[in-house]
This record gives sequence, structure tokens and C-alpha cells, in this order.
Amino acid sequence: MSDPVSALNGASFQGFAAIREIGPLGMITLRAKGLKSLDKAVKAVTGTKLPAQRRIEVNGDRACGWMSPDEYLLVLPYADVAPALASLAKSLAGEHYLAVDVSDARAVFRVEGHRAAEVLQKLSPVDFGTLEPGELRRSRTAQVAAAMWQQDQGFTLVCFRSVAKYVFDLLANASH
Amino acid sequence: MLILECPYCGVKAEETELSPGYEAHLKRFGPGSSPEEFEAYMFARKNPKGVHFERWRHSFGCGKWFLAARDTATLEVFGTYPAQVSEPPADIIAKIQARRPDWKGTK
Amino acid sequence: MSTRLAKGGRLINRTAPVEFSFNGKRFKGFQGDSLAAGLLANDQVMVGRSFKYHRPRGIVSSGPEEPNALVNLGQGGRLEPNQRTTTTELFEGLESTSQNHWPSLEFDVGVVNNYVARFLPAGFYYKTFMHPRPFWKHVFEPIIRRSAGLGMAPTEGDADRYEQAYAFCDVLVIGAGVAGLLAAKAAADAGQRVILLEQAPTLGGRAPVDETEVQGKPVEAWLSAMESDLAARDNVTIHTRTCGFGVYDHGYVLADERVADHTPGDGRPKHRLWRIRAGRIVSATGAIERPLSFAGNDIPGVMLASAVRDYVVNYAVSPGDRTVVVTNNDSAYQTALALKAAGLDVPAILDARETATGALPEAARAAGIRVLTGKAIAKVKGGKRVTGVTICAQAGEGAVQEEIACEAVAMSGGWSPVVHLWSHCGGKLTWDETISAFVPDPSRPPLNHDGSAMVEVVGSASGDLTLTGTPTVIPPVWVMPQGAPIAYRNKMWLDYQNDVKVSDVQLASREGYVSVEHTKRYTTLGMATDQGKLSNINGLAVLADSLGQEIPQVGTTTFRPPYTPVTIGALAGESRGDVFQPLRRTPMHEAHEKAGAYFEPVGLWRRPYCFPRAGETHEQAVHREVINTRQNLGLLDASTLGKIIVKGPDAGKFLDMLYTGVMSTLPVGKCRYGLMCNEQGFLSDDGVVARIDEDTWLCHTTSGGADRIHGWMEDWLQCEWWDWKVYTANVTEQYAQVAVVGPNARKLLQVLGGMDVSRETLPFMQWADGTLAGFPVRVYRISFSGELSYEIAVPASHGAAFWAACHEAGKALGAMSYGTECLHVMRAEKGFIMIGDETDGTVIPQDLGLDWAISKKKSDFLGKRGQERSFLASPDRWKLVGFETLDGSVIPDGSYIVADGVNANGQRNTQGRVTSTYHSPTLKRGIAMGLLHHGPARMGDVVEFNTVAGGTVKAKVRDTVFFDKDGEKQNV
Repeated sequence: MSDPVSALNGASFQGFAAIREIGPLGMITLRAKGLKSLDKAVKAVTGTKLPAQRRIEVNGDRACGWMSPDEYLLVLPYADVAPALASLAKSLAGEHYLAVDVSDARAVFRVEGHRAAEVLQKLSPVDFGTLEPGELRRSRTAQVAAAMWQQDQGFTLVCFRSVAKYVFDLLANASH
Repeated sequence: MLILECPYCGVKAEETELSPGYEAHLKRFGPGSSPEEFEAYMFARKNPKGVHFERWRHSFGCGKWFLAARDTATLEVFGTYPAQVSEPPADIIAKIQARRPDWKGTK
Repeated sequence: MSTRLAKGGRLINRTAPVEFSFNGKRFKGFQGDSLAAGLLANDQVMVGRSFKYHRPRGIVSSGPEEPNALVNLGQGGRLEPNQRTTTTELFEGLESTSQNHWPSLEFDVGVVNNYVARFLPAGFYYKTFMHPRPFWKHVFEPIIRRSAGLGMAPTEGDADRYEQAYAFCDVLVIGAGVAGLLAAKAAADAGQRVILLEQAPTLGGRAPVDETEVQGKPVEAWLSAMESDLAARDNVTIHTRTCGFGVYDHGYVLADERVADHTPGDGRPKHRLWRIRAGRIVSATGAIERPLSFAGNDIPGVMLASAVRDYVVNYAVSPGDRTVVVTNNDSAYQTALALKAAGLDVPAILDARETATGALPEAARAAGIRVLTGKAIAKVKGGKRVTGVTICAQAGEGAVQEEIACEAVAMSGGWSPVVHLWSHCGGKLTWDETISAFVPDPSRPPLNHDGSAMVEVVGSASGDLTLTGTPTVIPPVWVMPQGAPIAYRNKMWLDYQNDVKVSDVQLASREGYVSVEHTKRYTTLGMATDQGKLSNINGLAVLADSLGQEIPQVGTTTFRPPYTPVTIGALAGESRGDVFQPLRRTPMHEAHEKAGAYFEPVGLWRRPYCFPRAGETHEQAVHREVINTRQNLGLLDASTLGKIIVKGPDAGKFLDMLYTGVMSTLPVGKCRYGLMCNEQGFLSDDGVVARIDEDTWLCHTTSGGADRIHGWMEDWLQCEWWDWKVYTANVTEQYAQVAVVGPNARKLLQVLGGMDVSRETLPFMQWADGTLAGFPVRVYRISFSGELSYEIAVPASHGAAFWAACHEAGKALGAMSYGTECLHVMRAEKGFIMIGDETDGTVIPQDLGLDWAISKKKSDFLGKRGQERSFLASPDRWKLVGFETLDGSVIPDGSYIVADGVNANGQRNTQGRVTSTYHSPTLKRGIAMGLLHHGPARMGDVVEFNTVAGGTVKAKVRDTVFFDKDGEKQNV
């Protein structure tokens, strides 16, 4: 078997902000609500607490983001997804939940530089002036769905894999 | 272009982040229902000039369906609320009555 | 002649000369000039021809309201027609050409319309080109189309790029005149986030020209202090060259920033469309001066008084050595004073009022200017430029009392507040008798989402026309002189751009047009690219007068965005070229491109239609792919297939409601075909469902249907059965999926190796997890072709590698890629339906003979009640059968089956239609499926399909399975 290949194989562009595709990144969609064991189950995988509404808790290369009242996005190294799913299955055994690997369904971009927000401002109806650090905003990037948050002097943007080239072209275009 | 606050994630979403779902609080009629009931469920939609209850999906966001009470003529929004109710909650009704004393109610 | 003055010009930089051209003539201007200022500085008084009569036209205004001085700007990929010279900034190398004339601006053949003007009144086209009817299409329309339209459409693609940007603020102030600046400062002082927009390159509005002091300080000093104050604040953003052109619901405002219009080709986007969401909007958009209606008011050299003043003060441009001022209010006296101060001659000020005693008239008298009250212009003399005016009494009927030679006329008919932004979302207006203008009624504002006022109007836009500390009074003077005879009214232009005259509006009212909206459309008043900024109030005043009504009774036409024309490029923004729309690519997309695939759109996906080889037509490629797949091995990229996980204790119950069949009883490890209907009972999607474990199912949907069906599931779970314990996840893009199809399919998997795919271990309609060639896979033994077939899902990030591995290992087995058309042909040969071909939103599963997939036992499922309706249960419905043409030809797509007789419209009756029709390479003949009245009962009948050529083709009714009826090939 070959190594996993991200949608654009790490494409990058340098404009007034730096655009680069990162990944492949491990990602798990976890759907659950109001389970007693949920905090522990997530902590065991990401080392973070369960995020509050619209927050993302980051712990090194792992994170847990709030996607909806019953959906979380777990971010972790690609190779750790299978053990993480096993861990969740163990922690949440007998509970009503859904945990699926979506690592390959996504493309992830970093937009970096002190003018990074200007790039995103051209594509999403989001008020980046009031977006707090650690806030995860789901919206659209031009015509496709995306999730984005501020992290380490820039933004991380997640979209669907099939539209990775479209989103990359948009970001590059907007950072001219 | 409307702004509606998603009651699930608190985002004040603009219309391009939402998908419309038309009239809210419809009662489903399945097998065994009369032709009149089924027709009302399927086709007979309200189209008021004034207070109206609608379904909206925060499709470019948390993906949840929510309901909105608004005035179709002035576009004033009286409130949004989760979809898991069969009729508008009391606080929404109170807000509408405060703003529209002449409103006849949902019936 | 108009010329550049030796001194002055607050906006120009005399140390930075700029060369530009007009109709090929080279001119010199200065940095800071508008194109209009540059043209006037070079005595280019006539700049275009009018639209209908091709009359010579000159510059009227100094702002975005300009109706006449529109030019073609630039060349090739940067050609833009209809650019207003008054708002176009001069830059080195600017090229402009005039519009609406042939062969030249000076000598124009179309001017013949001017001499037959009395035969071209309002509604001329409606009246004239009605009969004979066929003439419209073949004679009149082509001629009118050729002569209509302003400017030239570019023939090349736009060389520039455009972008959009979102912005948010508490207070958006539109217009950076004194009122706007004060509003911005007040909001900023209150700690609010402020965005300030100004359409011009500089701040200050009219104040530097019209005022000497603001708040007790010299105007320029006040302005620069204000500018630096605002610029220093973190909570204030200022955009110049940015026109806030539209106000929409809930504080949404669109603004067009002309980023690089004046620096073409510098790499920046030409325009940036701002999509602003504001808590509150302050409209500080000022007022626009109105023309006066006198005979010859369109001759080049007749300008708005405020514009004359602007050209003198801002650009040091003289409109002529001698300028007659004509007015009904005090403000125009400033123009006379400015001209005088610049050393130019003002032979007379003609004031329609009986007396003029304000500070400005007194100042004019003191400056030695001859002020004549109660006077009007009877007629402007001149053709291509003004040579003089004749004077009469305003109260009379135009008897000439005196003639004055002059080169320019500065007119002021009063001021109209710019109420557009107030009105776009429903703000109401009231008629202000003092200034004879419509002004915003603050008690009836446009409303925001919470019912509060969304827009506030400040400054002269609100009707506050205070000038140098004195409130302005503007008496109504709509026609000059008031008793002007028809010969004069025939030459009084209301709408310069669309050539609408006072006499046209009066004719419309005589012909029964009593509504201002109807009159507008009949006469085209205010319908040109300037949207009647100068003409509307004058026009409706004339209409009101003709109808014997008051102006407020007649009312205004509707104000609609955009305030000024916005180029399509700005509206499209980034959505052009590669990013016009999101194209979805599978993980194998690049491999398909390398293999020379011909793609077709499937929703937003691009899927290979076929893989033509050198010298092959698409049709030949498809036939080769079908034959090879049936005889050897075909590989299909099926990644686009929708895949939705449904999990939970109530998942089985939920799927039983969703599908017409029963999914809850499906054993773990097995697959079942299912149909989904909407609540009306019509077939909406289909696909194979796999039971993954005790409470998990995987639902395959059609390629185009994944998002729709996932949304459909969530809708029912969230809004109807919210207490059911079910979670869904759309995992379509997590997997690349490869269909391995054909007699050698199993052999390929065995070569790849890693799991047992034998008939015994993995029979038809089962699935298994495992590895193939080291790839983690899930293998579904399902078939959409009738062949031995496996659909193999691998994580998408291994998709390309797995696809390559299949091809590599399949070389010796005759593996070839195949595309969607081959898939279609093979499924049609087997009689499998396709959503979107056999269905069109009015077809129920029973129409397609799919009764076997509908549970009779279930008390309810989505669509069950709908299907019980009498007309859906009727035996008279068109039902699916197969067709074989008698001559072996292919029935045309979309063909209907004709029946005897004709319907009420004289059209041939029909009894059915084709839904899928192909040439079958396997059977070497045309095959088809279609819906036919009483179809299944008519096996062996011969029916006729209509053809494109007009004839019919005969076909025999048969069953839908054309190939391998017993399924022997897929069950090996």
C-alpha cells in the first residue's frame, strides 16, 4: 500500500498571505449528545475538554471542535485514527453515538501571515473582526461549505476533498 | 438579504448561509388520512402578508433546521427557535403580540 | 471656448501633466482631473450624440448624475462603454471615444432623426411597428436593434480581475461630505465600529466649493483636521472611490470600490464589491442640482450651475469666457461669483423669481453682475455649442426681450436630495414645499430586522439645503417661460440620455397615461443608465401639471438599486474562469485527465463520459468500452456514488420509513436495493443499502443525490421524528470507489490478493472488509451492468494509487477504464432504471414495474399515502416497457409515442415516451425503454415514435431486459 495522499499533495501559494494545503490529517466526526461518558471519551482521544458552543479546544496536534449541538470534529495525526475510533468505541460502549473516520473526505488549508484575515474576508460572509481566537466558524467559502478557526498566526480552513482545488484557487486568487 | 440567528449555534447567519424550508408547523398526514387532510398537508400553504412561521436550515453552518417567526412584509424577525416543537413557543407568541397587537394568531 | 485657467484648481496637480486621447485626438490634462475636466480644458465641448435624435451633446454635470458625456473607455480587453467622463479620473494614456454616431461625432447620419423628430413622439415604436405583424420580426426589430444601445459592447474577454469582500460594522456612513464626516465622527466617538464610504477620490463633498467655513473654521483646515482625526482611529475604516449603491434588507449594503480604474493594469483588481452588513446606515448622499426646462437646454455648453462652479474651483477649467446664469434659487449666484472671481465674464443672471434679496444675490450685485429677476431663457442659440441666449419674461409666453451672446449657460432649477438609499428598502418620502423636492419622511423609515429604523438621512440628502448658513427656498419653476408654446416645449429636454422632452410627457398625459410608472415606461423618461437622476422630478412635475394634480399625488417611480451602474465583473467577483463554480473532482481525476478522458458534468462532479483513444469518436470509444467490459474487464470510477452512514437503535425503523422496502430486516453483511420516494409518492432516489453491524447501515445514493438525500434524512430526523435515536453522516468523499466489472473481475481481485472473494465467501449482494494489494478495502458484490462485478471502496487518499494498482494488475486481464456512457448502455441492456432518465418527478415506482421493491406489509413509509391517490393508482398510467425498433435504428432522445387523432391544440395525441435509448454494441441494434399507456399488457404491439425529421420510427413493445435475462453472467 502507498502512503496516503492529500487532495492537492501539499500545494502552496505565496501572495500577501501564505496559502498551503496541509495533511493528510486525521479527522473523526463524532455525533453524540448529553452522554455522561462523552467528556472522558473525547479527552482520551484529543487530550482536550469537550468544547463549548462554537469553540475548538486545541492540544498540540490534536483538537476537538464544536460543529453542532450533537456533533464534534476530532483532529489528530492521520495514523492515530483507527486507535482513536477503537478508544471511542470502548469509552462509549452501549451509548447512542456515531463516530466515523472522515480524514479522507476533507482537505485542510493554512492561511498565514498578518493579512491572512483579508484573504478569508473576500470569500466568507464572516465577521473576522469579531471572530475570537479558539472560535470555530462554519460558513461558506465562496460557493462551498467550510469550517475555519484562528490558530498560530493564521487560520486553518477545512473543506470537502472534492472541492480542494476550487478552494485552493480561490485562496490563491484572493491573496494576490 | 435576511439575517437569522441560528438558535443552535448562535451564529447570526446571512441568507446565503441558509436554505429555506417554507412553512413551519405542518402536521404530517400519512396512510389512512382523508384526501382533504392529505391535500392540506401537501399543498395548502399559507402565504400571509404579515406574521409567518418558516423553516430554515443552517446549511452552510451547523446543518440544523430551525424555525423563524417573521413579518413577510416588513421583514421584521420576531424570533427563531429550535424545530422540535409542534407550535410556536409562548415567548415567541408574546413577542409577536407585543409588536403586532392586531395579529389574529396562528389558526 | 472652454479652457484651462492660469491659476487655481484645488484638485489638480499642475506639476504632473497627463496625456490622454479623445476620438484619436491627443490632449493634455493634469493628475487630479476628471476626464470631463480634461476635455473641457481642451475645448472639447461636444462629447457625444443623443440616443434617439442624435443631437450634439456636451457635459452637463460634474458627478455620477451625468446623462450625456458617456464614452467608450479603453480598448480590447479593457474596453468599457458608457463610462461617465465626470467620474472617470484622468490617467496617462487614457483612451476614449464618443458614442452614438456614424460615421463621426462631427458629422452624424443619424441626426436625420432630429429633423423628423415630430414624427418620433412618445410611444412612437409602439404605435408604428405594430402592423403588419410579420414585419416586426424581419424588418423593424433588426433595424431598431442596430440603432439602439449606447456605446459598443466589448468583443474580447475582460482583461481585468474583480473581487468581492465582506465587511461588518455598527454604523455605515455613505457619503463623506460635511454631514457624513460629522456622523462618522459621532459614531466613532461613541465607540462604534464605523465604515465611511465616499464615491469620489477625496473627502469633503461640496463643502470646499460651496462653503468658506465649517463650524467656524476655514473649510480646508476643518476638512484636513477631520480627515486626520478619523484616519487615526482604529474603529473607523474609510473607503474612497467607493459608491454605496444599494441598500437591502437587514442592513445589507453593496458598495462598488473602483480600485484600479485610474491605474489600469497595475495588478490590483479593477473593482472590489463590498458586501457590507451594518447595524445602522447613515445616508449622507447630498443633493443633486436640477436642470431647468427651457428651449435648447441640451445644447453643448448648457451646464448645471454647480458643475460650472466645480470645474472652475476644483479643476481651474473655464466653461467659456462669457457665461449666463439662469436660476430659480440663490445657490447659482455662487457660480456667478466664482466665475467672476476667476476673472471670467457673467453677462447676466436670469432669476425666474420676482425678487432676489438674499445675501448671495446682494453679493452678486455688489460684484457688478447684472441681475435680472422675473426673467427666463426663451431659447438657447447655437448648434454644436452655445452662442447666446434670448431672454423673456418667466411669466409670459416667450416673447424675446433681449439677446445675449455667451459661450455657456449655468442653470439651476433647485436641488433634489439624493433619497435613493433611503428609498431602496421602503423608506417613504414627503413633498417639501419650501424646497420643492421630495425628502425622506423620518416617521416612515425602512425597517431593520428588529423593526427599528434601518436608515438615517443627514445633511442635504434629508432636505436640509442650508447654504453658507442660510436655509434655501426653492420655488417651483418647471417650465421656462411658464407659458411656453409648443415650439419651445418641443426643444425642452427632460431626460437628456433617452431624449424625452416636455412635449413627450404632455402627450403621454393627453393619451391617458395618468400613472407615473406607466408614463415612465411609455416615454422612457428616467429609464436610461443615469436612471433619471436629473430628469425624474422635472418630468413628474410636468406630468402633474398636465394632469392638473399636485406633485405628491402623482408620486415618484420606485427607486431601485444600483444607484449608479455597476459593471458585471464586480457582481461576478471571483466567480469566473477556473473558479466560476466549484467542480468536484474524485481522487482519480488527474489519472482520468492523463488518460484523455472526455468528462461530463454530473451535478458539480466531473465524471469521465468515455476514454477515447487516438482516432476514436466518443461513440466508438463507448462501444469499445462496453464490448471489453462484457468480454474482459472494465474499471469504473464510482467514487461519486453517495454514501451515508445511518446509525442508532432506531436506524432500522427510520430506514423503513425512508425506503419503500424493508431495510430493518437486512442481515448484517448483506446488501439490498432500495427506492426512496417523496411524500407525493414520486420516485426520488435509489441505491443499494448495506447492513454494517447491528445498528449501522450504509446507504448508497445516486451520484447527484448524496447531499440532497442526506439533507432529506436530517430533515425528517430533526423536524418530525426528533425523539428517534438515529445519527447520520455523509461519508461520500471519505471513499474512492472502483467498480471492477466483467468476466475477469474476480481474477483481478485475486491478482491483487489479500482476501477471499470467491463465489462461496462473497456471494452476490454481500459485502466484506479486507485488504487488496495491501489497501484497506470494503468490497461490495453488487452489479449495475449484469456482469460479475465488485465495487471496492478504499480511503480517498489511497484512491489514485488503488486505481493505478487495478490497471497495473489488470493489464493481462484486458482491463480498460470505462465511463458513464458505457455504464448507461450496460444498465439499459439489463433494463435497470436510472433516476433522472426513467424518472422525472412525476413517476412512481409502480410505473416502472418496481412493485416488488415496495413493501405491502408496512403501515407507513414516505410516499405511501401519496401513492394511494386515485390518479396514481389508476390502471391508465403510462408504464415502463422495452422497445426494439423494427429497423434496428436508435429512437431519438425525448421522442414521444404517437397515438391516433389530435388534441385540442391540433397537436398529435401521444400514448407514451422514450426514457432511455441507446445503440447496444452487445446486441448491435437500437434498444430503448419507455413509458407506454397500458404498456405491460401490450407486448408484441408495434408503436410509432416521432423523429426529429418529422416522421416516425416503428418499434415493437417488449420486456425491458435485453441481455442475459436469467442473470447468469453476474451470478458466476
